Amino acid sequence: MNRSLVSRRRRRVLQGAGAATALGALGFPAIVRSQADAIRFGHLTPRTGFLGPLGEYAVMGVTLAVEEINAAGGIMGRKIELIAEDSVNPQTASTKAERLIERDKVAAIIGEISSASGLAIAQVAQRNRIIFFNTGCNSDELRGKACNRFMFHTEAANTMYVYAAGTAHLRDGMVKGKKWYSLTADYAFGHDLLKAAKRFMLANGAEFVGDDLVPTDAADFSAYLLKIRNAKPDVVVSNLAGAQITNFMKQYVEYGLPYPVAGFAFDTAVAWGAGKANLIGIWPLVWSHQVKTPSAQKFVDAFTKKYGKPPDNQAWGDYLSTKHLAQAMAEIKSTDSAKVAEHLEKGAKFDVLKTREGYYRNWDHQLMQEMYTIRFLPAAEIKNQWDIFTTSPPVPAANQSLEVIAPTREDNNCTMPA
Amino acid sequence: MVAIQILEQVVNGLLAGAYYLLIALGLSLIFSLGGLVNLAHGAFYALGAYFAVKLADHIGYAGAFIASPVAVALIGLVIERYLFRRFYREDPALGLLLTFGLAMVAEQALRWIFGAAPIPFSIPPALTGQLLVGDFIYSRYRLAMLVVAVIAVGGLWYLLRRTPFGRVVRAGVQNPDMVAALGISLAPYMASVVGLAVGLAALAGVLMAAITGVHPAMGADILTASFVVVVIGGLGSFWGVVLAALIVGVVRGLTVYFFPPAAEASMYLLMVLVLLFRPRGLFGERIQRFE
Repeated sequence: MNRSLVSRRRRRVLQGAGAATALGALGFPAIVRSQADAIRFGHLTPRTGFLGPLGEYAVMGVTLAVEEINAAGGIMGRKIELIAEDSVNPQTASTKAERLIERDKVAAIIGEISSASGLAIAQVAQRNRIIFFNTGCNSDELRGKACNRFMFHTEAANTMYVYAAGTAHLRDGMVKGKKWYSLTADYAFGHDLLKAAKRFMLANGAEFVGDDLVPTDAADFSAYLLKIRNAKPDVVVSNLAGAQITNFMKQYVEYGLPYPVAGFAFDTAVAWGAGKANLIGIWPLVWSHQVKTPSAQKFVDAFTKKYGKPPDNQAWGDYLSTKHLAQAMAEIKSTDSAKVAEHLEKGAKFDVLKTREGYYRNWDHQLMQEMYTIRFLPAAEIKNQWDIFTTSPPVPAANQSLEVIAPTREDNNCTMPA
Repeated sequence: MVAIQILEQVVNGLLAGAYYLLIALGLSLIFSLGGLVNLAHGAFYALGAYFAVKLADHIGYAGAFIASPVAVALIGLVIERYLFRRFYREDPALGLLLTFGLAMVAEQALRWIFGAAPIPFSIPPALTGQLLVGDFIYSRYRLAMLVVAVIAVGGLWYLLRRTPFGRVVRAGVQNPDMVAALGISLAPYMASVVGLAVGLAALAGVLMAAITGVHPAMGADILTASFVVVVIGGLGSFWGVVLAALIVGVVRGLTVYFFPPAAEASMYLLMVLVLLFRPRGLFGERIQRFE
């Protein structure tokens, strides 16, 4: 009795599901038609895993930008429709990029943080001749060997980070004749950053006494810290990424090692998540909420109003890329990727929420822009949970070309495939 | 000099093994008694960490240290009563699906409520600092963690080996039908075991919250390592799991010393080696219903 009742109910559920699917199939074209006028932007970024904490800010940034653009009338009177997904890993990122382009017919793809996934998306975008704005991958290689016509980089390259932080370390006398011990994230980004860091060190007379690769899922750093302590370096250098930085910072302070810490890559979100007792060192940053230009503060205010917390550097990257893409499309009155690329290559100027305007360099598509370094405040001087550091004046100095911090053709040549 | 540095890594590895232990023992208990592979165990660990961070604001670190595992154990009891209990006698694949789903729901819920970014938490001031023993350096906090882990593991051992409760649980692991035939219902024992195991995972979460990032995926990160420990140690063996946790800690430390890129991979190689020679794990018992 009982048994048959259950099976009948189960069958009904099945039938219901079937009917719903049929309805969905019928309803779908109607939805597409109603929005046929919209311009679709695809957004891919890691929202889970060790870069997930940054991906969340990326989504907030792109969402805010799309809202602002639509509120101001969209692009040529057409609204933007945002399709945002978790890129997970290089394989999934590639599949999802393919699907966004073929099924959803997006006009462009924005996003990514992992350099490995960024490369996968770039290949799909290039094959389909669709613009890809890289908002968070730092590897020089993406601007060099792996560059392509359709990929543009709002995120700064590793070399730019190294230059920004390196200038501060040179000033503080932490380079020449000093022994460095580095910890490096063991994937595409870390290997690439290590190369840039080594180039800088050799040019400026530092010496490597140790250099360990750290798996991205490492939570316990004690074994590494013991090695560092035995090596007695003058400076400990972090080439780590995402959640690794939080774990490293907390445990470095836990073990109380006396060596100054210098980093060559950083994200504000991981510092905010470490706790104020756990922060030391000087780190480079592409942008911080403390940049005091009018457009930067307008962005900080709008973001804080919407989300109840200030934006980090990743939110800046995805917000800015979306704005630049929309601006470029509006300026040339076209959503065609080839035409957008051409326009950007001609040196169109953009507000980058910093002192100077930026432009995408024509031969490698890197956004030329100022960088910053941050220095953590002692716990006693911290006034709120966000302003736990001070941001330096922009690097390079006002009288220098923006190009001095960027990779050179000799170091990182790019030949765009046609 | 090199020998001393290696010895230092070995000792540190023994300490580090204790982190896996609290989680691995619970996993092993739930599987041995209920036949349920609890993929949601890492979620309880993360929940313990989040509860600790949030409770510490109101009742201090010491209060949170007690309250968080208790609160998570209560959640565990509810989940046992309404979900786990239906799956003990079912195809193990169903239990896998259930707990895998539960783990995803829990991780996403944490992301929803607290955001994906890590939330700040630090070592309580009373436990900061280091202890120097000769050339070796120890973090005071980790020594305190070790003490807590030893007490918890010792307590669990006493409970399982020296009390009437433990005798029924051990009999239930070996032969649940015989226990039932003797007129003892295993249901309340199973509920207690789940509550206990989940509470231990939460305790590990509380301890780790001060030294690692507190973020939604923290549970998934530690779960795999804990499973490896259970597999190496062998099912149903208390001391097997303890030994395996220590070995995994030491092997990982030595790999960091000699070849750091393989640090996280080393434990899987170790597992393969152990399974080649001892398919039931180091001290695995022959349990009739799992053969």
